[in-house]
Amino acid sequence: MAMGARSDHARVDIARRRLLVGAGGLVLGPCLLPLAATATPEAMDAAVRQVVGTGMVRPGRVKLEIPELAENGFSVPMTISIESPMTAADHVRTIYVFSEKNPLPNVVRFHLGPRAGRARVQTSIRLADTQRITAIAAMSDQSLWSATADVIVTLSACLETG
Amino acid sequence: MRRSAARLGGLAGVAALFALAASAPAQQRTSARELLSPELRAMQDDDARNPGMLWVEQGAKLWQTPDGAAAKSCAGCHGDAAASMTGVATRYPAVDRASGALLNLELRINRCRTEHMRAPPFDYESDALLGLTSFLAHQSRGLPMSVATDGPAAPFLAQGKALYLERQGQLNVACFQCHDDNVGKRLRGDRISSGLATGYPAYRLDWQRSGSLHRRLRACQLGVRAHQFELGAPEYLALELYLAARAEGLPIETPGVRK
Amino acid sequence: MAQTRIVLPKTAKKGEIIEIKSLIQHAMETGHRRDNMGLAIPRHIIKSYRVTYAGEEVFRAELFPGVAANPYFSFTTVATVSGDVVFTWEDDRGTVVTETVRLTVT
Repeated sequence: MAMGARSDHARVDIARRRLLVGAGGLVLGPCLLPLAATATPEAMDAAVRQVVGTGMVRPGRVKLEIPELAENGFSVPMTISIESPMTAADHVRTIYVFSEKNPLPNVVRFHLGPRAGRARVQTSIRLADTQRITAIAAMSDQSLWSATADVIVTLSACLETG
Repeated sequence: MRRSAARLGGLAGVAALFALAASAPAQQRTSARELLSPELRAMQDDDARNPGMLWVEQGAKLWQTPDGAAAKSCAGCHGDAAASMTGVATRYPAVDRASGALLNLELRINRCRTEHMRAPPFDYESDALLGLTSFLAHQSRGLPMSVATDGPAAPFLAQGKALYLERQGQLNVACFQCHDDNVGKRLRGDRISSGLATGYPAYRLDWQRSGSLHRRLRACQLGVRAHQFELGAPEYLALELYLAARAEGLPIETPGVRK
Repeated sequence: MAQTRIVLPKTAKKGEIIEIKSLIQHAMETGHRRDNMGLAIPRHIIKSYRVTYAGEEVFRAELFPGVAANPYFSFTTVATVSGDVVFTWEDDRGTVVTETVRLTVT
């Protein structure tokens, strides 16, 4: 499955998403997804506002690499890279990652600086459901740049209870 | 042809199933690693990223740690594991000559603890036992599986094979129906592997930690709504031996990353 | 103490950008899961991960429950001088795990 940066805002076709999640035949085991209240896009917007204030967030410069189809929502590998000289005068200060469907809208934050040499971080995140992930980079000149990625989360076959 | 063979009752049908199940050589069998997405395969292949390596490291530490009334460490008798333990995991499960019992790595480790270190055995699914088992299996990573199937192992192998072929649970499914007949096909979000078990103890994303093969077998049985055996049960040991025989010639991958 | 695993080059040339990868064993319990009795398993997560190099902070991450269990991070830093790279993880119960790795810069 190719990982690619996507900064377009095309929504995943809902019918296709249902077909993918429901396909497979045998129903084995209970669903392991957390049944807590999930965040809404509104909660995510509030979390973003809390961080960026009235600043304008522009799509671009940020490359968010995450599989289009996540094999397991418990651990989804993610790479974020931003083109920046990473000098004292011009560098990425903070990268924020937001979720619209997880119980909490904040996922992880990275604090970088000129010592990094390059703005590229990797980690693995949890996704409670098929959703859009948003990464926002705050630069040393106060500008804000973003990228989004839509991820389909599938369920495994042989699950355990508890 | 396989479907009609599966519907036959009686000894003739069972004999036919035995023949069918043993027919595909190990080299045609597919490790779960081959069916992972490129991202997860990359995670398994990167020792700096593979979370199962945390347990390997933990095992490496325990290897050096004296324990028990005899205040011995594994290293005290076995020295450097990279030298003394290479190839060992390829021969497990194996019959212990003294007692006649079939032991997998987990049980062998605990037997060493109780008999030689005079230390209490580790709980089967504890981080400590997962760590030591991962560490030992890891010393044979890349080496081909090669368990003994003759002599004292033969009756255990037969028992394991019978379990593999037996329909079970409310869904009335036998192991071979997925892991021989439908390899590569999708089951919910998973793709069915050949059930080779060469990556265990494995870091399974569903568990969010490393886990044993027996834990995985319990999940399989739960999936078909069959009665689950206990971790370390003789049924699982026999089945583990049969799976190891099926994986003859295929490389150990521990620690595997699985979904 | 939680098991950690840190991978970085032992030596680097001055000015070289090196990649540092780290893993730490931690369940990152979200607080949303329920046990077999239906009771919520309490939240227990690593909150922060901070890396200093020769005394200066070079990387910091704030973790929320959305970070996967046994958190993995990869980031880069510029090799400047020979010195200790100190890795500090702190969880939401005040437990701190620290590891130190020496980096030699030629």
